[in-house]
Amino acid sequence: MENTSQKNINNEDQSMSQDTTEKSKVILESKKANVYYGDMHAIKNVNIKMRENSVTAFIGPSGCGKSTFLRTFNRMNDYIDIFRKEGEFYINGKEIYQKDVKVEELRKTVGMVFQKPNPFPKSIYENVAFGLRIQGIKNKSVLDEAVEKSLKQAAIWDEVKDNLKKSALALSGGQQQRICIARALAVEPKVLLMDEPASALDPISTAKIEELIYQLKENYTIVIVTHNMQQAGRVSDRTAFFYIGELIEFGKTKNIFTNPKEELTERYITGRFG
Amino acid sequence: MKIREKIIEGGLAFSALITVLTTIGIIWVLLSQSLVFFKDVSIVEFLTNPEWTPLFTNKNYGILSLLSGTILTSSIAIAVALPIGLTIAIYLSEYAPKGFRTYVKPMLEILAAVPTVVYGFFALTIVTPYLKTIFPEIAPFNALSAGIVMGIMIIPMISSLSEDALFAVPKTLRDASYGMGSTRYQTAFKVLVPAASSGIIVSIILAISRAIGETMIVAIAAGQQPNMTMNPLETVETITAYIVQVSLGDVPHGSIEYRTIFAAGLTLFIFTFILNNISFYIRRKYQERYE
Ligand SMILES: Nc1ncnc2c1ncn2[C@@H]1O[C@H](COP(=O)(O)OP(=O)(O)OP(=O)(O)O)[C@@H](O)[C@H]1O
Ligand SMILES: [Mg+2]
Repeated sequence: MENTSQKNINNEDQSMSQDTTEKSKVILESKKANVYYGDMHAIKNVNIKMRENSVTAFIGPSGCGKSTFLRTFNRMNDYIDIFRKEGEFYINGKEIYQKDVKVEELRKTVGMVFQKPNPFPKSIYENVAFGLRIQGIKNKSVLDEAVEKSLKQAAIWDEVKDNLKKSALALSGGQQQRICIARALAVEPKVLLMDEPASALDPISTAKIEELIYQLKENYTIVIVTHNMQQAGRVSDRTAFFYIGELIEFGKTKNIFTNPKEELTERYITGRFG
Repeated sequence: MKIREKIIEGGLAFSALITVLTTIGIIWVLLSQSLVFFKDVSIVEFLTNPEWTPLFTNKNYGILSLLSGTILTSSIAIAVALPIGLTIAIYLSEYAPKGFRTYVKPMLEILAAVPTVVYGFFALTIVTPYLKTIFPEIAPFNALSAGIVMGIMIIPMISSLSEDALFAVPKTLRDASYGMGSTRYQTAFKVLVPAASSGIIVSIILAISRAIGETMIVAIAAGQQPNMTMNPLETVETITAYIVQVSLGDVPHGSIEYRTIFAAGLTLFIFTFILNNISFYIRRKYQERYE
């Protein structure tokens, strides 16, 4: 998974943005979060705060609970019968498991991009317009504008602008994933959850997605799960290391990678296990 | 061991051969008998004459008055089965609790296993009298009653096959839809039904095929009186009902009256053949789409 074609994102820039995010407000937060699948304790007492316009990377060995924890923030685990959670989860200061929270509204605020590109078997246009259509927006010029804007934000407009009626399934995997990102952006969420968004892609597509993430954080708060250490290093401001359901270490990406406090973290990032 | 495998292989090939030969045999009989029929009756008359009276002294051979009976009863059946079948399919795949589906699906399929003669009498003795309270002018034998009951019979074909198609929609599409903030209803109708549309269309076509070929219900409850009408309250005769009527009657073999059933049968065969091919074609396209 080594990706040499990727240019190194300027470190100065990154540390500067970290300084600003330091003071910006907390968007995502969990307090004493516990998740169970039946008897299995998948997330153990995790407290975390993620700030506006930052990119947070979740890393850790397979099965440590990264996806599970990520999905608690848009309540995508709700569909799993044996799922149970304890503790509190906040988006923008609002506890999202309270009775008065409408899941549909929450998911418009917290968009998600999945590991495997999953465009609908519809045209490119209809894929991106989907979120607006289900909100009942029918006005063509509004839709046109949103579709164009989102495709531009997702850095795929130039590739597809002449073929908006084409089926999204006819695109390459990397293009499909950017369509999925555009689809998520079209409803103007505040937060974007990305679960290994580049793991099914080739190095060039991966590089494009990484660049995109770097640009998107101007307007969005991003959480990305990745198995690729270089990727975490390149795109994220902060990194959270999970191990068997526990949040072992959370801090500035630079510190985690150059000077981890925990021995487990060090062993993981140097590739000595997992 | 080699010999045993050879025997098994031979046996399998033989079974396949029997099926193919039977089909060829049926087509051969239909075609050869129809050819003789069309020596006496022109195809133009067959396709345009509005009357079908081969058993009377004043003979007319217009298949349209039988075909209209078939189309009318089948349309009623689909009008009943499609909305109900599809609702059940969507309910089972998206709304019903997990265990529910495993129990209800086989139970629904029992509907398809009830002998059609039972359905026929159900239509004649229960549905028709009930319909008479709503439409006093309804005929004792009528297309509506037979069509409705036939619709009930084919509900499981539509619900079961459509449910399979909905169930086969990749989970990733459900995730995508829910992840965008869709409700269940929106997910079902904006994502799953379109994605499963080919499978659903196939189920509908097979159900139409089944309705067109259904014999007992229409013979018992719709009547035996060729009638070029689209009024569901009237008595009609379908192609299948006519074939039964002649087969059971005392028409001498080899006469032109007797051969009418082959011409009628051929018409039916062509119809269902085309429908099955459409469904085959759609299914093949559908398989490509999800590779
Ligand atoms: N639907 C489920 N039902 C039961 N157990 C589950 C379910 N989903 C996940 N788990 C369990 O919860 C634990 C955490 O899984 P999760 O998918 O969150 O891990 P992950 O860190 O994302 O792993 P990966 O890197 O392989 O994606 C695992 O032990 C997994 O087996
Ligand atoms: Mg995962």
